[in-house]
Amino acid sequence: MNAVRAPLIGRSVERKEDYRFLTGVGRYTDDIVLPGQSYGYFLRSPHAHARIRSIDAGPARAAPGVLAVFTGEDLAGIGGLPCGWLIKSVDGSPMKEPRHPVLAEGVVRHVGEQVALVVADSSALAKAAAALIEVDYEILPAVVDTASAAGHSTSVHELAPDNVCYTWSIGDEAAVAAAFAQAAHVTTLELVNNRLIPNALEPRAANAVHSRADDSYTLYVTSQNPHVERLLMTAFVLGLPEHKLRVVAPDVGGGFGSKIYLYAEETALVWASKRVGRPIKWTAERSESFLTDAHGRDHVSTAELALDAQGHFLALRVRTTANMGAYLSTFASCIPTILYATLLAGQYATPQIHCTVQAVFTNTTPVDAYRGAGRPEATYLLERIVERAARELGVDPIELRRRNFIRKFPHATPVGLTYDTGDYEATLSRVLELADVAGYPARKRASAAKGLLRGIGYSCYIEACGLAPSNIAGALGARAGLFEAAEVRVHPTGKVTVFTGSHSHGQGHETTFAQVVADRLGLSLEDVDIQHGDTGKVLFGMGTYGSRSLAVGGTAIVKALDKIVSKGKKIAAHLLEASDADVEFEHGEFRITGTDRKKSFAEIALAAYVPHNYPLGTLEPGLNENAFYDPTNFTYPAGSYVCEVEIDPQTGHVRVDRFSASDDFGNVINPMIVEGQVHGGIAQGIGQALLEGCRYNEDGQLLTGSFTDYALPRAGDMPVMAIELAPGTPCTHNPLGAKGCGEAGAIGSPPAVINAVLDALAPLGVTDIDMPATPHRVWEAIRRHAR
Amino acid sequence: MSAIAYHRPSSLGEAAKLAESDPEARILAGGQSVLPSMKLGLLAPSAFIDLAALGELRGIRANRQSVTIGAMTTHAAVAESAPIVAAIPSLAQLASGIGDPQVRNRGTIGGSLANSDPAADYPAAVLALNATIRTNRRALPADGFFKGLFETALLPGEIITAVEFPVPNRAAYVKFHQPASRFALVGVFVAQTSTGVRVAVTGAGACAFRAKALEDALGRRFAPQACEGISIPPENLNTDIHASAEYRAHLIPVLARRAVG
Amino acid sequence: MAVAIELTVNGKAVAAEVEADTLLSSFLREHLRLTGTHVGCDTASCGACTVHVAGRAVKSCNVLVAQLHGGDVTTIEGITPRDGSLHPMQAAFKACHGLQCGFCTAGMIMSALDLLEHRPHGTEEQIRAGLEGNLCRCTGYQNIVKAVGMAAKAMGS
Repeated sequence: MNAVRAPLIGRSVERKEDYRFLTGVGRYTDDIVLPGQSYGYFLRSPHAHARIRSIDAGPARAAPGVLAVFTGEDLAGIGGLPCGWLIKSVDGSPMKEPRHPVLAEGVVRHVGEQVALVVADSSALAKAAAALIEVDYEILPAVVDTASAAGHSTSVHELAPDNVCYTWSIGDEAAVAAAFAQAAHVTTLELVNNRLIPNALEPRAANAVHSRADDSYTLYVTSQNPHVERLLMTAFVLGLPEHKLRVVAPDVGGGFGSKIYLYAEETALVWASKRVGRPIKWTAERSESFLTDAHGRDHVSTAELALDAQGHFLALRVRTTANMGAYLSTFASCIPTILYATLLAGQYATPQIHCTVQAVFTNTTPVDAYRGAGRPEATYLLERIVERAARELGVDPIELRRRNFIRKFPHATPVGLTYDTGDYEATLSRVLELADVAGYPARKRASAAKGLLRGIGYSCYIEACGLAPSNIAGALGARAGLFEAAEVRVHPTGKVTVFTGSHSHGQGHETTFAQVVADRLGLSLEDVDIQHGDTGKVLFGMGTYGSRSLAVGGTAIVKALDKIVSKGKKIAAHLLEASDADVEFEHGEFRITGTDRKKSFAEIALAAYVPHNYPLGTLEPGLNENAFYDPTNFTYPAGSYVCEVEIDPQTGHVRVDRFSASDDFGNVINPMIVEGQVHGGIAQGIGQALLEGCRYNEDGQLLTGSFTDYALPRAGDMPVMAIELAPGTPCTHNPLGAKGCGEAGAIGSPPAVINAVLDALAPLGVTDIDMPATPHRVWEAIRRHAR
Repeated sequence: MSAIAYHRPSSLGEAAKLAESDPEARILAGGQSVLPSMKLGLLAPSAFIDLAALGELRGIRANRQSVTIGAMTTHAAVAESAPIVAAIPSLAQLASGIGDPQVRNRGTIGGSLANSDPAADYPAAVLALNATIRTNRRALPADGFFKGLFETALLPGEIITAVEFPVPNRAAYVKFHQPASRFALVGVFVAQTSTGVRVAVTGAGACAFRAKALEDALGRRFAPQACEGISIPPENLNTDIHASAEYRAHLIPVLARRAVG
Repeated sequence: MAVAIELTVNGKAVAAEVEADTLLSSFLREHLRLTGTHVGCDTASCGACTVHVAGRAVKSCNVLVAQLHGGDVTTIEGITPRDGSLHPMQAAFKACHGLQCGFCTAGMIMSALDLLEHRPHGTEEQIRAGLEGNLCRCTGYQNIVKAVGMAAKAMGS
């Protein structure tokens, strides 16, 4: 009798993937050098908006080591980079979709836009040659500012003369107006959700090679979703047969959304690799990352909250302008709509909500999903206005939230979502204990004794994850499915390789997914390997973003495992001379119910591959199953965060002293990994609240174009975080009960930090501050009110 | 194929000759400022003159009156030097806060001073402590050494060999970080010396400078309260995305007060 | 201009002719194919490329290999035991989940070793200050700080 081992699910097992990262033998895109390797360098626009009168690439072509120089003219026959989500305006018209060329065609529309590709024997030679390219620019006025882009005298695209991509809305406008007419109190708030630059630590890179043997291509690229990259690149841009391009996303050094998209650089490299006849590699310098990785956020909003005399929310009205940048990036259009306005109910039973979103083009880097993508913007707006309402009404902000919590599930919101489950009171109560809110007054006094201002801020967030039911997404404009795929390959010895369409670039799937598989099949963790990131190996995949990997990708694996077990039962029934229905599978053994007659998983695997005694007439040999899983609903992770800051009123410096979090992610497979995801998310949220803000000047030049001007949080900027995973309310519609955890920290934390800052500054009369609340901004706010 | 030449002179004289003969050449001490500037295309020297082989430029000598630091001494060596910690602790503390640990392991005092970055830390110490900058040709007083943005009193071919800091009665440096670069948004060094109180400011102007108003106030009464009510005019101070001139002007007496108290 | 250099990398003598402006990071990654050292920026800000030169942490993207003639360089590959086990610092990062995407990890470990060897690290605040030269975008540093504390105990430093 085998000793039954404790389940792996729910245990913080150490990560299987760590060895290679710890010892320097990981394999990132830039680590790959192919035989005959050549190198690409992109000449980029120094102007935010200019007409290209002419390009003289002659001297560059003649420069030492140069193999080729390509410009927009060379690529004129191919498609533009597509946008994967069609949003329709209020009047029913489709969004404006200007062509997004792979290399600029006649006009450049943001600083850093790629104008020419130089291919040479080394990256230094390519870069040196690029400096010889003469581009004659006629500089045009630039549209930069989000709030004033619509109707600006300059148009970014002829197709959208007023710079408006779409004007979209959700909710019942008349019902909202009626509710406001009844309100005892209305709180209003204008706010900016600051533009961010994702800055995964590995810069984007690509290496493309063409094989003359079968006219096929291989692309190594820093991607979060290689299959989507392949589909978009072949079918929509290059017009290549999809099966003739293999996309490999090897070890990827962080993504946070910025590596979801199909970018111009890798597209140009694939196209050029056949013409040059050698593999071409390009790795972004960090300065290029700042200029060309899709940016995040960048909303300007006005919000009004109507309350009755008892402090119940009656209605919320929001108008948001969202900056798309110069072109529509792959998922840009759905971020400030489908992933933003639908979340404006938050954790509250607000009966009526209406939101209008105007998306605008500007002469800035394209904006797309960045960790949280729309949901941080919704949470920030809602949690700021709730706290402001509490302050105006003189009600405790916790009490006001409690008064309005959704307490019955399922709950249909007025903005299109149906929350399946949740317990907002549980996470709120718990975080108040974790944060020792009871001890806050004493800490505030201690700070005051040091001449420091202490403040406390709260945030109760919800997110919609597990993207997404394909039919719902399709009805909302998605041009792709949002299922996930998996293959479970059992080897003759009973070892297992699982191929998943999810992609891990820090999330630890090789461990988490292996825990699920090992538990389901009764194997040890070492007997299971997870493979991902290669269209040549993995059947299909939609990739990793939107906290979907476990809830959707993990479920696809579970569905394939179910098929393995089902087939294994049939094989076992044959070997044990029983009927299928009498075979049960548990702890790695197929057993005839109620007896000790059994076959191990490995024995069944061997029988499947050595089918000497096997029901060949009714069952195929082999043990290998695929599954596709399309979720029936979003998942709804939720939680409560408390932040305490200490402000030095003389310098304006804000120090985050304490940060506490209680998160409900449903069932958790590996708490250590999940807590790590929350840590990282909170760090990015604290970064947004206090340090990070993308700035352009009026000419469209990026002022925060390096780590010396764009402040990422460092170790000393971060507090010790008290994170607790709530026992949780398991998701009701996937077999793992999992909701997703990757974005929560970045969604819930910014309002907690800013609410704390405003609480600290309240005695000075400060009622508003924009993110990032830098020392300079805090000092200015204090000074304004001191006058 | 890079056109940059590389020289590793084995004597100071040879280094000076190389520097004089090629005005486009760049002297390399630790390289912590030169190399980033080159990568950003701000600097394209014709040659490197690497001082790495000049062992005589390294080292620390300290006595009761003064501390002398060889130009090629790293920030880490200054921060960790027991004689400096004993003689001028504020100088060791300043060195322990330059850049980050990796920069401190390579960056040198000579390189920092010759570069005269407007937000570098060492210039504040040199001015406030009234240090003497020794070169292959002469001894330069601190006052007048920093001429402007990345500009010093050094002549072509002139190489810093050592910096001599007189030991003050007491001194302290308070730095307010620019959060991204870790340079000083504003840094204030206050020293009570045998010749009076000296207050030097870095990060706020084109180069480090002395704040006379604070020196006068602290000269009358060396106490934190003396800094109150002293206002520094924002004219000529830096404005950038991280801070306005007004904010920098505001921070100077605030940090001076903290340095005193 | 080509410069002849000789130095020791991970205990082995290396001789090469390099261009004068060859950075140590390029030399390690491209000439020696030691790709465990990563380059994350072009302003010497992120610390992903940190290696040891004469036992001290240095950003390899901010040093010319020519400057290190006669020098001694150690990379992440050089501190990794050959028998498949882990250095106590590596083991602590694994035990504490001090890494996610792995890109900053080698540099973080090399900096942490310098910290334990040369600078005060008895408090959490000192560890955080000691890692000032290294950016991580994944972990929020919490588990990195924990790992360095654990390694300090394990290494008796």
